[in-house]
Amino acid sequence: MNIHEYQAKEVLAKHGVAVPKGIVVENPDKAEAAARKLGTDVVVVKAQIHAGGRGKGGGVKLAKSPREAKTHASKIIGMTLVTPQTGSEGRKVKKVLIEEGMPIAKELYLGILLDRQTSRVMIMASEAGGMAIEEVAEETPEKIFKELVDPIIGVKPYLARKIAFALNLEGAALKQMIPLIMNLYQAFIKEDCDMLEINPLVITKDDRVLVLDAKVNIDSNALYRQKEILAYRDLAEEDPMEVEASKFDLNYIKLDGNIGCMVNGAGLAMATMDIIKHSGGEPANFLDVGGGADEEKIENGFRILLSDPHVKGIFINIFGGILRCDILARGVEIAAKKLKVKIPIVVRMEGTNMEEGHQILSDSGIDVIVAKGMKDGAQKIVKAIR
Amino acid sequence: MSILVDEKTKLIVQGITGREGQFHAEQCMKYGTKLVGGVTPAKGGQTVLGKIPVFNTVRDAVKKTKANATMIFVPPAFASDAILEAADAGIELIICITEGIPVSDMVEVYRYIKASESRLIGPNCPGVISPGKCKIGIMPAHIHKKGNVGIISRSGTLTYEAVGQLTALGYGQSTCVGIGGDPIIGTKYIDTLELFQKDRGTKAICMIGEIGGSAEDEAAYYIKKHVTKPVIGFIAGQTAPPGRRMGHAGAIISGGKGTAEEKMKVMRRCGIKVVKSPADLGKTVAKVL
Repeated sequence: MNIHEYQAKEVLAKHGVAVPKGIVVENPDKAEAAARKLGTDVVVVKAQIHAGGRGKGGGVKLAKSPREAKTHASKIIGMTLVTPQTGSEGRKVKKVLIEEGMPIAKELYLGILLDRQTSRVMIMASEAGGMAIEEVAEETPEKIFKELVDPIIGVKPYLARKIAFALNLEGAALKQMIPLIMNLYQAFIKEDCDMLEINPLVITKDDRVLVLDAKVNIDSNALYRQKEILAYRDLAEEDPMEVEASKFDLNYIKLDGNIGCMVNGAGLAMATMDIIKHSGGEPANFLDVGGGADEEKIENGFRILLSDPHVKGIFINIFGGILRCDILARGVEIAAKKLKVKIPIVVRMEGTNMEEGHQILSDSGIDVIVAKGMKDGAQKIVKAIR
Repeated sequence: MSILVDEKTKLIVQGITGREGQFHAEQCMKYGTKLVGGVTPAKGGQTVLGKIPVFNTVRDAVKKTKANATMIFVPPAFASDAILEAADAGIELIICITEGIPVSDMVEVYRYIKASESRLIGPNCPGVISPGKCKIGIMPAHIHKKGNVGIISRSGTLTYEAVGQLTALGYGQSTCVGIGGDPIIGTKYIDTLELFQKDRGTKAICMIGEIGGSAEDEAAYYIKKHVTKPVIGFIAGQTAPPGRRMGHAGAIISGGKGTAEEKMKVMRRCGIKVVKSPADLGKTVAKVL
């Protein structure tokens, strides 16, 4: 789950990590008041959306007076911000963070993430702060330092020192950096982060070390024990159909094509998208109904597929294991009748109770095209929507 | 022959009194797996499925039944603890079916397991089956057939797809291993490849991967160096958008890394027969044999 920058900073501050003073507002008048309250010569007005690259799209502006902060806020709030990460449709900005300006001496990068190869948490640090770390990794990989953390001991001072020295820090900055790294790791573990990225981490001209921008991603599997984080969820940042699907515990991801897919299992669902593409079609979505699906879940899945106006046909690809084909067939029958489906449906079923499933569909009177195997199914749906 | 599980495997089920745990314990038993007990804390002393004793702790179960394998059906919040308990009790093979365990729990579990005598398969996996001998997992048994193709996969139903194709063509399987769809799993491709390479009953290996991480690349380099048996590969998610988690917690292209295209390229370079279409898996294995 993604959270906003201002929320990420709240979380980090809770763990003793230094962040600039800031106030979140939803309208320009409050932006002016916030700037006045902060009282610094310069404030920064930052659009709060779940995507990086905000500065490039005009979502981050410096203001030299509270009045100017209001002017910037009035332009940013309500704008559709397009950044390299939002896609061309962009995101509507509802809130801005008004933050004290910083006399920056140096910009660093600090990231904490899971290293899948070693199954350990990895800390990445670089003196090349303020730019996309992927670019740094591509062009100057020698500028990135990596340290793996043994979960039994966590981040001890020696490890934090190693990183701080690798970043060529000294004096007051070095002294602040060591606890900061340890606190960041604590935040990562305690808040069940998937990824924590501080870019940039700044050293100010008066030798303070602060988190200027923070991107925090929380492990969805851990939300049951992160109630405070869960309250940060911003549904407006998510695709409405995906939100609807998540209510029924359906795994749905919207894509750009016109063939709706309903599949059981994530791997098979991906493979189904692939085979549609190989057969000359374009999948409209990824939908994994899971192993324990019942008639109701199938019906809801169907409804969500059909609510996408681009969908011209539906391909159901089920390899029955725990999910029995007869249950699937009944769900399809109910949904097709209730929702008066007019577009072609291709069904490929194999595995547990396959015969019963086919019988139910042929007795139902609904118009389905039966396929043998997933390749046949993909070809049939591509042909049917032409 | 086969790997990991066979006629000699003695199984307990952690979470056997739950609905799913009991259902699948029964399915495994019906297949011929030697189910010797179950564990549910505070329900010790009961029996389920007619004659299967339930114990309070894994240690009790091991002492009484000499079990050497466990299948875990404990809810995600408690599953990592169940894995640790099994390892502490010295169970050789721990198969965790549970989906949705927090990553930070698994970081600890992985560290502990690697320092123990136990092997963990999963989590978030369909389990392991050596057709005709032993099934520990949730896979539909009837699509399998005894034979000499070894299967390794991060996915459940996609494995069934491959098995279904092979069986339909008359080719059986030595062992099918679902290693799991999470970013941290106990047994990786490389560990499983090593076992299949050594197993005299396995003549060809079918490796099914998906987007996210670099486990398939690492496996491909390993195969080039150490595996002499033919390997047929497929990567799911060739059309998946970057930055989105495709159902499995581990199936995500992040920072432009872990794409299907990149994996397929490395695998081909390392001598693996990579099929582009999942419908060609069975055919291609058949051709090699």
